[in-house]
Formats: sequence, structure tokens, C-alpha cells
Amino acid sequence: MSDRSIVVERAGALTTVQDLGRPGYAHLGVPRSGALDPPAAALVNRLVGNPPDAAVLETTLDGCAVRARSTVTVAVGGAPCPVAVGGRPAAWGAPVVVPAGELLEAGAAIAGVRSYLAVSGGVAVEPVLGSRATDLLSGLGPAPLTDGTVLPLGPSPGPPARVDGAPQPRPPAHLVLRVTPGPRADWFTDRAVRDLTTRAYRVSPSSNRIGLRTEGPGLERARTGELPSEGMVLGAVQVPPDGRPVVFLADHPTTGGYPVIAVVRAADLPAAAQAVPGTPVRFVPVRRR
Amino acid sequence: MRALPVGDDALLVEVSSDEEARALHAEVLRRRAQGLLTVREIVPAARTVLLDGLDDPARRVRELASWEVPPPPSRARELVELPVRYDGPDLAEVAAHWHVPEREVARIHAGTEFTVAFCGFAPGFGYLTGLPARYDLPRRATPRTAVPAGAVALAGPYTGVYPRSSPGGWQLIGTTDAVLWDHARVPAALLAPGVRVRFVPAEGV
Repeated sequence: MSDRSIVVERAGALTTVQDLGRPGYAHLGVPRSGALDPPAAALVNRLVGNPPDAAVLETTLDGCAVRARSTVTVAVGGAPCPVAVGGRPAAWGAPVVVPAGELLEAGAAIAGVRSYLAVSGGVAVEPVLGSRATDLLSGLGPAPLTDGTVLPLGPSPGPPARVDGAPQPRPPAHLVLRVTPGPRADWFTDRAVRDLTTRAYRVSPSSNRIGLRTEGPGLERARTGELPSEGMVLGAVQVPPDGRPVVFLADHPTTGGYPVIAVVRAADLPAAAQAVPGTPVRFVPVRRR
Repeated sequence: MRALPVGDDALLVEVSSDEEARALHAEVLRRRAQGLLTVREIVPAARTVLLDGLDDPARRVRELASWEVPPPPSRARELVELPVRYDGPDLAEVAAHWHVPEREVARIHAGTEFTVAFCGFAPGFGYLTGLPARYDLPRRATPRTAVPAGAVALAGPYTGVYPRSSPGGWQLIGTTDAVLWDHARVPAALLAPGVRVRFVPAEGV
């Protein structure tokens, strides 16, 4: 068989196509989008011999299953989960050959939230503004996968990485997010600024690709009234009227009117993407580099 | 002009009016075009310009202090004309807020030249300024769960056009058939920051 595609047999709770996203269009209201755990997406791409910008599948908590129409190499990483090919257990975090017609199953995450599934050649849906990423805020890119979706693959890359596996960070049992203060810390009381970095928060179940929502003490504003809309960055800790901080992830709105009390270091966001609801969160102040 | 650090590699440059924000945005674009500034995203907004993914934010803060920002180029940008039918469900409410007869809303709106101050909310959604401050409007107390694509709407000091159907709390005064956003088109967004806009009443209205 030379039909280079995969068929989604079980889409799971929420499985999307992701790559490095579409930076550079924020001024038009276009979120950057892209994989929420970029190192995990990069690793599975490397394991199957794909370039770093190849599109992969990002699952949410309960994995997915795809059937290969031609023989492909697949790697599953990110949130650890059982992997099976044709019903037989296969390696997680390592290249696995899936013969034509066989089913690859990525099971429910044992820890963490998002598993990444790379297929040799990459998912080759039509790019939108240079990216194949599904943006759940604005609806750009392919829709979340449903059972029966057929995904074309790109041309087969060179041989996969000659490694049996690669170390991957464990999903966090405690999420530590380093933050630099501002730009709108002055919109909050001194106590609120102290509370953010000393009190205990937990990951809220209403977290999604747009933001990591938290449960914990509400942060009190020193200034009332509306902040005129302003540009928002990845990792911004925005505080809506209920006072519970929200950490902006890849599908965040490009402008917003709630004040940003602090910004999370980009290096800590992949862990945030893997923190299951209920995970304790600490915001730790650091000096700006 | 005040530069607020945002994380490790961004600056939010704050000014005191939307006019100044437009001027600053034009100056930032000019400097980037001349290779004087390396930055991933330039996001203008109401009173700010966000410079995200800057090469050396600390150095840029020092430089900004010495920037001389000329007034925004007023006629330099293209003029986009949007055909509109003033048939929105909130016309009466807007007229009441403005203390004018209902048909005057269309006349005032179509008689104004707007500028896209910034985009946000959705791809291709522009926040258009141009109406005098006395026509500022509150948002609807209860947002609609679905506003149709092409709805011409007002809120605060802004006019906007919904690029696609979405929930929304703005007051709806009309409808346009113009395609605000088409990612297969170049450029994808009809209304980019700095573009001038006029609403042209459709024949027979």
C-alpha cells in the first residue's frame, strides 16, 4: 500500500494536530497556538526522523488510536501512557514500526495530561498561515479529530533516530512556576502580590489550551476600573474579576483587558501543560534575566 | 512614554492616548523595517504597543527614552470601504444613548472615517476608532450567545465587525457582506492596524 495516511479510529477526549504554531500574526488577533509541550513534540519528531516543524498529534488525558494505511514509524511521548501496535504492547518514548493496516493505540495517560504522537512524514493537512496547528480559541487549523478522520502524511523522511528511547521529564507532582513581576503588578494590593508567591494554588479542571486556570486565594485589586485592552504574552498570569490567576498557554488571546500580575518563564510552561487538575501550584518570584 | 518589562523578553510600551499609540506603532514598524529592531511580535492596542520576543529588552528600555516619535501618518495608509446595511437589532438602543433619531445613527456612523487602532478578540477583528467621545457606548448588559458574521457593532469608543459568528456583547447596528478574514487570501485580514475604514450604506438604504 502506498496510501500515506492514517485513519483515526478513536479520537479520544480531545486530540488535535499541533506543530510549532503560527507566531508573527498576533497583531491581527491570531494566537500563536502550537504544541503545549514543545520539547515532547520535538522529541517524538526526532525519534521518527521528522524535522522539528512536522505536525504531530496532541492527546488530552485519554490518548487516541490510529490505523496506518502504509507502514510507518511512530513514536509516542509526553504524558506516559500504554502503547500498543496491533493489540501487542509496544514501547513508549521510542520509535515503533506500525505495519500497513495495523492499529496504533496510545492509551490513557498514566501521569500528565498530553501525549504526543509523531508519525514518520508528519501529519500533512493543509497549513493555515504557515502552520497546521489547531487553534481552539479562534478555530484556525484543522478541527479537533473525530473518529474516522483521515489524515494525510508527508513524504517519508530519512531513517528514524537510532535510539531505543530518550529521557523525558516526568509530569509534575508539584508544579513550580517561576515568575517575574508585572507588567501590571501595581493594579494589585501588596498583599495580593505576596499572596501569589506565597500561598498554595491548585490546577483547576477548567484548564485548557488557552490557559492553566487555578484554584486558590483570590488576588485583590488595588485599582478598580477597566484596563484598556493590551497585548498579551505566552505565560502571562492574568487575573480575571474572580481573582484566580490564569496562566496563558499557546491558544491565548492576543489582547486582553484584565491586568497581568506576573509572567511565567517560558521554560516552565511545558510542565504546566502536563499538570493534571488538582496538582499543587507554586508561583516562585525570580529576577528578570 | 513608559516601558514596562513583560517576562524576560518583552516590553509593553505605554503612552497616554490612542493617537500616541498609533504614532508609536508606526515608529516601531519603521525601525523594524530599517533593521534597527529585532522583535517577533508587535502588538498595538488601545494605549500600548507590545514588543514580544525582543533581542535585548534592557538595552531597548534605555533606547526608548531617546526615541522621538513623529505624529502618525494620517493619509499614508490605504482606505477600505465596507458596504453596510444599517439594520442591526440595537439601532433603537444606540439612538437612545446618543439622543438622536434612529436614522441619524446610520448618518453619523457612515459619515465618520475610522482607523483600525488594533486587532484582537478573533482573527481579523479590528477595533476601529473615529467616533467622537460623546458617542461612547456601554456593552450590552447580557452578551448575545451568537452574533452573526458581518455584524457591524459598537462598544466603548470602538466600532468592530464580527469576522465570524461568535458570542458577543457589542451593540449591533448593521451588517456587511465584506469578508473580514480569509486565511487563504493575502492578506488574510481586511482590517490590519493603521488601515483607514469607511462604511458605505448599501443602495436603497
